[in-house]
Amino acid sequence: MPELVASEALSAAGLTKRFGGLAAVENMSFGLAEKEVLGLIGPNGSGKTTVMNLISGALKPSSGEIKLYGDNITGIGPSQVATKGVARTFQLVRMLPAMTVLENVAAGGVFGHARRWGKELEDYAQGLLARVGLANAGGAVVSALTYIDQKRVELARALASDPKVLLLDEWLAGLNPTELNVGIALIEQLRSEGCTIIIVEHVMHAIRSLCDRCIVMSSGVKIAEGTPAEVLADHGVIRAYLGDENA
Amino acid sequence: MITKAAGTPAICSSGNRNRSIKSDMDIVIIGLLLGGTYALMAMGLQLQYGVARIMNLANGEVLIAGAFGAFWFFLGTKASPLWSLLFVVPCAFGLNWAIYRVLIVPLVRRSKSQGKLEVDSILATFGLSFFFIGIMVAAFGAQYTDYSYLSEPVFIFGQRYGLNRVVSFGASVILCAALYLWLHKTRAGLALRAVSVNPSAAGLVSINVINASALAFALGGAVTAAGGVLLSMYLTFDASYGVVFTLKALIIVILGGVGDIRGTIVAAFVLGLAETAVATLIDPGLTLAAAYVLFMLVLLVRPQGLFGRRVA
Amino acid sequence: MSIAEAAPVVRGGPAISAREWRMLLVSVLILLAAACVPLVVGGYALQVSISIVMYAAFATSWLLFSGPTNYIALCTAAFFGIGMYVTAAGVDLVPYPVLILASGVAGAILAAIVGLATLRVSGIYFVIFSLGLAELVRQCMTWGQHVFGTMSGLYVTVDRSEPMYYWQLLALTAVIFLVGWWIGRSRLGFALRIIGNDEVVAVHCGINTARAKVVLFIISSTFASIIGALVAPRWGYVEPVVAFNPFLSFQVVIMALLGGTHRLWGPLLGVIPFTLLWELISIEFPDQTTLLLGLCFLLIVYAIPNGFTGLIEDVWQRRKGGVAPGARNA
Ligand SMILES: Nc1ncnc2c1ncn2[C@@H]1O[C@H](COP(=O)(O)OP(=O)(O)OP(=O)(O)O)[C@@H](O)[C@H]1O
Ligand SMILES: [Mg+2]
Repeated sequence: MPELVASEALSAAGLTKRFGGLAAVENMSFGLAEKEVLGLIGPNGSGKTTVMNLISGALKPSSGEIKLYGDNITGIGPSQVATKGVARTFQLVRMLPAMTVLENVAAGGVFGHARRWGKELEDYAQGLLARVGLANAGGAVVSALTYIDQKRVELARALASDPKVLLLDEWLAGLNPTELNVGIALIEQLRSEGCTIIIVEHVMHAIRSLCDRCIVMSSGVKIAEGTPAEVLADHGVIRAYLGDENA
Repeated sequence: MITKAAGTPAICSSGNRNRSIKSDMDIVIIGLLLGGTYALMAMGLQLQYGVARIMNLANGEVLIAGAFGAFWFFLGTKASPLWSLLFVVPCAFGLNWAIYRVLIVPLVRRSKSQGKLEVDSILATFGLSFFFIGIMVAAFGAQYTDYSYLSEPVFIFGQRYGLNRVVSFGASVILCAALYLWLHKTRAGLALRAVSVNPSAAGLVSINVINASALAFALGGAVTAAGGVLLSMYLTFDASYGVVFTLKALIIVILGGVGDIRGTIVAAFVLGLAETAVATLIDPGLTLAAAYVLFMLVLLVRPQGLFGRRVA
Repeated sequence: MSIAEAAPVVRGGPAISAREWRMLLVSVLILLAAACVPLVVGGYALQVSISIVMYAAFATSWLLFSGPTNYIALCTAAFFGIGMYVTAAGVDLVPYPVLILASGVAGAILAAIVGLATLRVSGIYFVIFSLGLAELVRQCMTWGQHVFGTMSGLYVTVDRSEPMYYWQLLALTAVIFLVGWWIGRSRLGFALRIIGNDEVVAVHCGINTARAKVVLFIISSTFASIIGALVAPRWGYVEPVVAFNPFLSFQVVIMALLGGTHRLWGPLLGVIPFTLLWELISIEFPDQTTLLLGLCFLLIVYAIPNGFTGLIEDVWQRRKGGVAPGARNA
């Protein structure tokens, strides 16, 4: 188990999740320093989303422990986790379809870690929309937005709670190359502002440019950890992605 | 403005028409006899809710209709009410099949989500239950109904029990066993179980989910009506009392776990015992309270039911 | 979907928009007009009017909970009966206004128990629980009276004139509307809209969804109990079979559905025609009331699933040339 350092924002120890017979995540331990951007990569079905769900409280771990700044948040449920300062986006975008874009963003800033209301909330949400490049879309209905714009809204909603830790689950997936560069620039900006982030991603050049450190998962277990350059050169990792004969 | 209820339902399912219950052994045996019949009734609801995924709040009214069918048959012929199963079961099957086709399928078609379908089917069957009550009141009146059949005693462990209870229990066991075998040994039964586990995957292996659901719904109604025939042999009932049976069946299904036949049977015995104990030791008017206490316990301790797996 | 939809974007704070002022003004005018009814009519017409305001109060308070959550509460009769019984039991002991409060408190406590047991788990369990709640409370009441040896029926003698009943119920209806409006502007209302849109997003935004629902259920049920307290003296004699009649729960749901559950004022549109229709049915076909009511219910569910407000909005949208608002109740 990793040592608990004072500046450690998030730590997981012995995290395990079983669905019936299948262990989607097995004995995962890792730490996340404040202001660090951690990449979580691995082939399809390796358990990345499950890890995100365990951290955000959407799933209860079968065993193991998660701490946020030393505070045990294991099994306290998603709304409590959000209140403690963990915000997330979803692999498949989730919008509030009957609400406006501005309301979608504001939803993140009322009940969770940040609790704004009224004029202050509206201004703050408007500011976030401007930051993600949707300054003029506040009054629109979300169904009118393009896919990348919906992703931006979701990011702004997560940011509205002033999170201590931000979880992005394949936030860059499904974007075309131009959009991808915009997306990467956006996360790059968050990183330079000192956000603490875990990124799940299949887009390797995004991982290379954004992450300080990387964890590679395969079949629910951690198979490598290190800087992006290190892990992407690792034989075990290449085998996990491409199969034995390519190693 | 508020119409008077059909009467004070002082019914106690286990409150005995024949004599009062005395010993602990009595509670166990009467509870088991009652639980056996409850099992049949709850299997009907299990098929409708667990397989067809329709929360049918008119289920109890179908049961009462079965009870009236037996009553009417017995009055007319003086033959064993068990014979009435021969027409009650097919009628209930046809009726419920028609309900599914005419009332439920349009809801399935129009609803965009499972949640919306749930709300709609609750509303529709809730309306239907009052419609049925109205028809039964028109046909049979609103008074309490019972009839005396096989009320001579039999002796079990030296104690006297109504023969009607024992016969009813026996018939229920036979019907439950037949249903169980049918579900596990035939292709149609397999299809129903597949739909119960996963409707969309069942659709992929070329099971017609709508047809299978209609079959399950109709069969569930038929089984429930059969339960009504058996219960009528020793219970007093009236046209508006169906809701209590709907509740008991629902509570049994939840207690046993949705989609779990084995659990349903165990839960039916638990409820039969709990009710009989409460009726004997506290007050015969509190049987529904006994069911609710069980319900509360499940909700607080094991919302997925006795044997159900916790859904992620 | 929710009572709050009429409200502007991210609301809150003290600011009330011009549109809201206009709505408020119209509401006050309608209320004043309604308050004049007993001055104009009497006898049978006043009796029917009292029924109308009573059902308006019932249906609107029902909507406070069932509208935004989409959980069909089938237990109005249980709370109504509790209110009646508290009033009947205490009428010789404490002043009547205290009893009205006590009825509300009793209803709130029962609602809290039911809500905490069921609303944490899933909506369907709540509906099932609510289905038999009136019968359960009735059984427990009857048993309690049996154990304590009191009579099963109780007399309630409070001196009130018919117009007074009308005004009391009308005032309560106004309060229910105010509370509904206030919820729509509050964080609770915002939370409910998010829950109604996507419960998963809601919990990840930090919303304690179970608590929001329980609070709402308590508010809604408290009003049903208070109605019981207000109506008990008019009935004069209270007994379990009548106080806990499940028929009432049924009537309330049908009226709210007829009016439409997407707007706070929806049930009002259902209450007036339905009460009149019901009067007609109980005079013309006194023996077929249950059957006809069941039929009406089915008709509404199949023919006008979004109620009168849904119809009105459809027409409105079409005139504005917009898309059909079928997505409203998605
Ligand atoms: N709720 C669940 N119930 C049962 N099994 C699940 C559940 N969620 C995930 N799994 C299983 O757990 C394993 C890991 O899934 P997970 O979604 O975490 O993978 P992933 O790494 O995010 O994959 P991808 O890159 O495709 O998003 C898969 O085999 C999946 O089928
Ligand atoms: Mg994933």
